[in-house]
Amino acid sequence: MARVVLVTGVSRDLGGRFARILQAEPTVERVIGIDVIPPTLDLGRTEFVRADIRNPVIARVMSQADVDTVVHMNVIATPLSAGGRASMKEINVIGTMQLLAACQKSPTVSKLVVKSSTTVYGTSSRDPAMFTEDMSARRLPSGGFAKDSVEVEGYVRGFARRRPDVTLTMLRFANVVGPQLRTALTDFLAMPVVPTPLGFDPRLQFVHADDALEAIRLATVAEHPGTFNVAGDGVVTLSQALRRAGRLALPVPRSLGAWVGQAVRRAGVADFSPEQLDLLTFGRVVDTTLMRTSLGFDPKFTTAGALEDFLQARRGATVLHPERVEQVERVLSGAFAAAAGRSRVG
Amino acid sequence: MSAAADRASGERERRRRRPTPLISEVGQAELEPHSSAAAVAPSVPPSVPRSSAAVTPSVPPSVPPSVPPRLRPVPSGPGAVPAGAGRSAGRKSGRPAEAGPVGPPGSFAVLDGGSQPAGPDGPDLVEAGEAIAALLARLASSSLGPDWDTRAAEMLAFLRRRLTGQYEVDDFGYDADLAQHVLLALGRPLYRSWFRVEVRGVTNVPAEGGALVVANHSGTLPLDAFMTQLAVHDEHPEHRLLRPLGADLLFQTPFLGEVARKGGSTLACNEDAERLLARGEVVGVWPEGFKGLGKPFVERYKLQRFGRGGFVSAALRTGVPIVPAAIVGAEEIYPMIGNLKTLARLLGLPYLPVTPLFPWLGVLGLVPLPSKWVIEFAEPIPTHDLPDGAAEDPMLVFDLTDRVRETIQHTLYSLLMARRSVFF
Repeated sequence: MARVVLVTGVSRDLGGRFARILQAEPTVERVIGIDVIPPTLDLGRTEFVRADIRNPVIARVMSQADVDTVVHMNVIATPLSAGGRASMKEINVIGTMQLLAACQKSPTVSKLVVKSSTTVYGTSSRDPAMFTEDMSARRLPSGGFAKDSVEVEGYVRGFARRRPDVTLTMLRFANVVGPQLRTALTDFLAMPVVPTPLGFDPRLQFVHADDALEAIRLATVAEHPGTFNVAGDGVVTLSQALRRAGRLALPVPRSLGAWVGQAVRRAGVADFSPEQLDLLTFGRVVDTTLMRTSLGFDPKFTTAGALEDFLQARRGATVLHPERVEQVERVLSGAFAAAAGRSRVG
Repeated sequence: MSAAADRASGERERRRRRPTPLISEVGQAELEPHSSAAAVAPSVPPSVPRSSAAVTPSVPPSVPPSVPPRLRPVPSGPGAVPAGAGRSAGRKSGRPAEAGPVGPPGSFAVLDGGSQPAGPDGPDLVEAGEAIAALLARLASSSLGPDWDTRAAEMLAFLRRRLTGQYEVDDFGYDADLAQHVLLALGRPLYRSWFRVEVRGVTNVPAEGGALVVANHSGTLPLDAFMTQLAVHDEHPEHRLLRPLGADLLFQTPFLGEVARKGGSTLACNEDAERLLARGEVVGVWPEGFKGLGKPFVERYKLQRFGRGGFVSAALRTGVPIVPAAIVGAEEIYPMIGNLKTLARLLGLPYLPVTPLFPWLGVLGLVPLPSKWVIEFAEPIPTHDLPDGAAEDPMLVFDLTDRVRETIQHTLYSLLMARRSVFF
């Protein structure tokens, strides 16, 4: 039972919102939030500790507060927000190692919840249509957030072997989207003209930020040991997502993809990383049967619904508005019907 | 310019001839839901009206007398910002107000929706649309036949769905809307007129539930998979959709992989096969793979090795029947008389065929020879009565694989015996 909960990464959007959700839980007495930078959100009664999880301060915090549940949400996907790739890697990997070391020493910790990502399955043309939790990557991710996630999961599994008494829940989230949330992918989809890989149309899967938070809450307040994929139902293809958004796709040969990605990043439009290119070429879809049966979680938003909710907030860059298209169709079909009626009568 | 003038004058004339019913009809339908935003429609700057640019200037700024008075564009001012404009977020949000007085009255933008959530269009869009529609209508009525208006409306709805992304894609990437309306339709002339495919025993594919169709593979390009898909879809009483399993090379190749997924294919791996079969789909496999597809012409109709029997264990695990199928005719579409192995290796292809027409005739060499095809589906081999764990018994899997292979080979021989000629 979660009484004193330590949440890492509370100064980021999802972490901060999660801390606020958690403090409304009746069984939770204290929420301690940790991050390197001060929080941007009002954290309410969450006690904020400004500490780097890369150094051993965290162990002292844990022992002083008798933390019994640790929620690790500080695996960062965007190098820009972490101050560069090197620092991102350090926060992700060394930070996780320090946190796990502290957990291992702590006699009070009884539960660990880790926010991971479906990027651990990699992405390639040899991928099965849907990954289940027991499958591994056909081609291991070679760098960036995906590789960090694989390493983080490796250390977490090592910890689980050494402390079998600790309940471990690992949640692998598909691409999280939400009206407020900014990720590399959301920035990418928010551009009016979006470069896409020529001749490829990947299947994408989204999970809404609200659903992601609810899944973490469920794993925190109840006992659900295991690893779960968390994603909204169904898939959308990249071209479909762009059409629904009213964006224009600009197909670019895959060989130029890295170059275009770099240009996009340089321009500061979206924090576009090379592994993103693979995702946008081959896509990735996960199976969420276990999420429903074992975790008992039923997302409010489907993949398409989550996308729609995100698009509502980012209508700005629309080029080809869906309602306009509908209008043109109505006018044309009305005219056709009239012309046909006329020719029949005449 | 002359085209624009032509169209414009044609439009004027047409308006003289038949002024009222359509304009008022459509206009009314257009205006009612959005009447609050009507005030700003004229204020949109004249940006990119792709389809209407030619028509707009010729339309007199004044409203034709035949249009009911309530369609008259409301004069816009700086204050005339619609209630809906607040919805549009981002950098364009300030635009309607600034642009208010600047835009010439009566101009509009069909494609501009960013700052104008579904503004109505005053009479101009209706007229422009009508002019285009009249043109299209003339085209459509001559090319689509008597039912042309229903068919044209269907096409329009299809185009609208494609443009706005309002269609569903299943977990494997099968895009039913595109496959049913475009992909299968594109294959039908090839299926009916070119190869004149004759289908036998299609009811051996069960009417419901999962089934695994196993067939021979040939022809350099996997047209046989596509034709089998059409055969099952068009000839089966239940119009079942065959889900072909393709090699990873297919999904690595630009365009081909994309089209294959949208047409219902997925990667040939046990996970996907079992997932599809468990969902009650009809799955098609060509276990010879590239060995069958890229074999020389002298070895035609000789079945190659059947992979590792993975397809059999997938059927065993899901308990679905295996339907062997023999395809005659596909071997002759691109008779492979040579193989440019070195070049193929350089390009990362499994083989690079030399046929009597390719590469000598370039792109023309890609036209398949019009052989006469026969696809015969043999009696299904049930697997549900086998004991649990049969899939883990390699001997049983090998035996079953052989049985399927033998059935296909024998069916091929008997079909070949009965064949009069390759082309008839």
